[in-house]
Amino acid sequence: MMLTVNNLYCERDERVLFQNLDFAVGEGEIWQIQGSNGSGKTTLLRILCGLNDDFSGEVLWQGEEQGKARQAFNQHVFYLGHAPAINKTLTAKENLSWHCASRGLTNSDQIKAALNSFNLYGYEDMPCYLMSAGQQRRVSLARMLLSQAKLWILDEPFTALDKQGVMELETLLAEHARAGGAIILTTHHSLQMNHPLQAVDLDLLAGLVAA
Amino acid sequence: MWQWLFKLSSPKWFYTISGQLMPWLIAITSILLVIGLVWGLAFTPPDYQMGENYRIAYIHVPAASIAMGCYYMMAGMAAAFLIWRIKMADMVAKACAPVGMTFTALALFTGSVWGIPTWGTWWIWDARLTSTLIMLFLFIGVMALRSAYDSEAAGAKACAVLSLVGVVNVPIIKYSVEWWNTLHQGASSLSLSNTSANPPEIWLPAFFCWLWFVWFLSDCHYFAYP
Amino acid sequence: MSIIAATLRRELLIAFRSPGEIINPLMFFVIAVSLFPLGVGANQEFLSEIAAGVIWVTALLAVMLSMDSLFRADYEDGSLEQLLLSPQPLYFVILAKVASHWLVSGLPLVILAPIFASMLSLPAEGILPLMAALLIGTPILTMLGAVGMALTVGLSKSGLLLAVLILPLYIPVLVFGTGVVDSALNSLATSGLLALLGAMLILALCLTPLAIIAALRISVSL
Repeated sequence: MMLTVNNLYCERDERVLFQNLDFAVGEGEIWQIQGSNGSGKTTLLRILCGLNDDFSGEVLWQGEEQGKARQAFNQHVFYLGHAPAINKTLTAKENLSWHCASRGLTNSDQIKAALNSFNLYGYEDMPCYLMSAGQQRRVSLARMLLSQAKLWILDEPFTALDKQGVMELETLLAEHARAGGAIILTTHHSLQMNHPLQAVDLDLLAGLVAA
Repeated sequence: MWQWLFKLSSPKWFYTISGQLMPWLIAITSILLVIGLVWGLAFTPPDYQMGENYRIAYIHVPAASIAMGCYYMMAGMAAAFLIWRIKMADMVAKACAPVGMTFTALALFTGSVWGIPTWGTWWIWDARLTSTLIMLFLFIGVMALRSAYDSEAAGAKACAVLSLVGVVNVPIIKYSVEWWNTLHQGASSLSLSNTSANPPEIWLPAFFCWLWFVWFLSDCHYFAYP
Repeated sequence: MSIIAATLRRELLIAFRSPGEIINPLMFFVIAVSLFPLGVGANQEFLSEIAAGVIWVTALLAVMLSMDSLFRADYEDGSLEQLLLSPQPLYFVILAKVASHWLVSGLPLVILAPIFASMLSLPAEGILPLMAALLIGTPILTMLGAVGMALTVGLSKSGLLLAVLILPLYIPVLVFGTGVVDSALNSLATSGLLALLGAMLILALCLTPLAIIAALRISVSL
């Protein structure tokens, strides 16, 4: 088991987002967090990746508490949030090489390969402010491939992607899961992947609790 | 005893206990304050050096000690909150800021009142006054930071960090009169003069402390409201 | 490339690609210093008395105003979150960020100061001590400013809150910094005050990154 969540409780602005939340993500699994807007999907993802500690309950990484195993956790987990984490004045290559360094990796030769997987061949030296939103998003997604992380936590990864981009990303996600990695994601897009999907429905949970 | 202290860290329990104690404490404070002020300001013998003007010290010195103590308490509670996540510690720290700010302002004001007849000026930029003024700004800054945050939890943590950063200033206030030659009296100012064997200055700071204690406790009580 | 070198490279690249972010605080310094002789009169003797103080206060304000470029862009584009999720030790990354910020905002002030000090008729024997004091003092100002910036970067309407928070902390640096120049002008030894400033610098180097990291975690969780 990679990530285990025990009895998670979180409230925001005096509204309970979720309580008694339990689930465990293992190798090769893809989990989708479902829920309507404002149901707490992003908050949950941020709690899972360690950015938000305003909750009660436990988040365990391979059995150890997340707070204690932070370095190992950060090494093996990759988070893609709403913001692309790309500095617009830098080129794609400069952005990605800093991200590699920040993960302790020196696979800068793989930067070109990662950009190619997202159809950005030849865009390495282009400053990101000259790119469209979709292209910036794809540079950000390239970080995912370079991170060498086992668990990918993705918040709406399909935003700003065209149809082909969506299909390619779905393929990549399935490949990652088949290779033993795990994925937790939220999306409004209806997934059509060649891989079993497990779900946590926050609306359903809230409804159940109310009943 | 540890169990009792541990219980005190529960806001609900604290609220109940402090609510019960409040009327008694207010009564005791009022009595002691009146006794202390009247005794110190009217009935103590005049100082051989400064004449009648020294009396404001009965308000100035306790106010200054309380203000510095308040900052230390705020920083201590901030550390407890950040390290052990005790919610009550944050409420105590939250109560410390306005109380500390007022006592600092009172100390500065009464100090100016002292200064006019004694030194001929109501303000001077020496080490002690400047560092006390910094402490006033720090208290105001902590309150400003807390109100700028919409989220209470995040605001509490932010104020805790800020209080700890500013705590370096407080020892400077205390030791400034030793480290620099300033216009402000040295630490020996407490043994003012050859007055009677039981000088009231021993008692007055204690009386004044009651005022602080009651006010502070009432703030904690208010914040602990479940 | 180690994370420190990579961070320095990234920050300096970003800074030089938006030259406005570097030049504007320096222009503020230049213009604000020039306001004083215009406001208080051009009496050389009087100006020479206030020169050290004017340079220090405007340098301090310029550093504070340049703080915005330290974390805001990273906060808004999500890089700050990624930084906090990095498995590399944050302490050194933060030091590298603050150091690169000082290199483009504080160091130019140290270099410009002698020119404007002589424009304010500061006697020649005060100029080198002024530069030395600024050289040690501006990193302290940058680090304290970074603490304030980390606390307020997540707030939507922070306005001048940064000033309220960190100007009180700047006061000791200001007092000792101008004290160095005053001692030099009165032919007294400056080594004591410079040593005190140096001690404050070391204290800041050791402790402010911890405060900055704590504050960044709070701001990112908002």
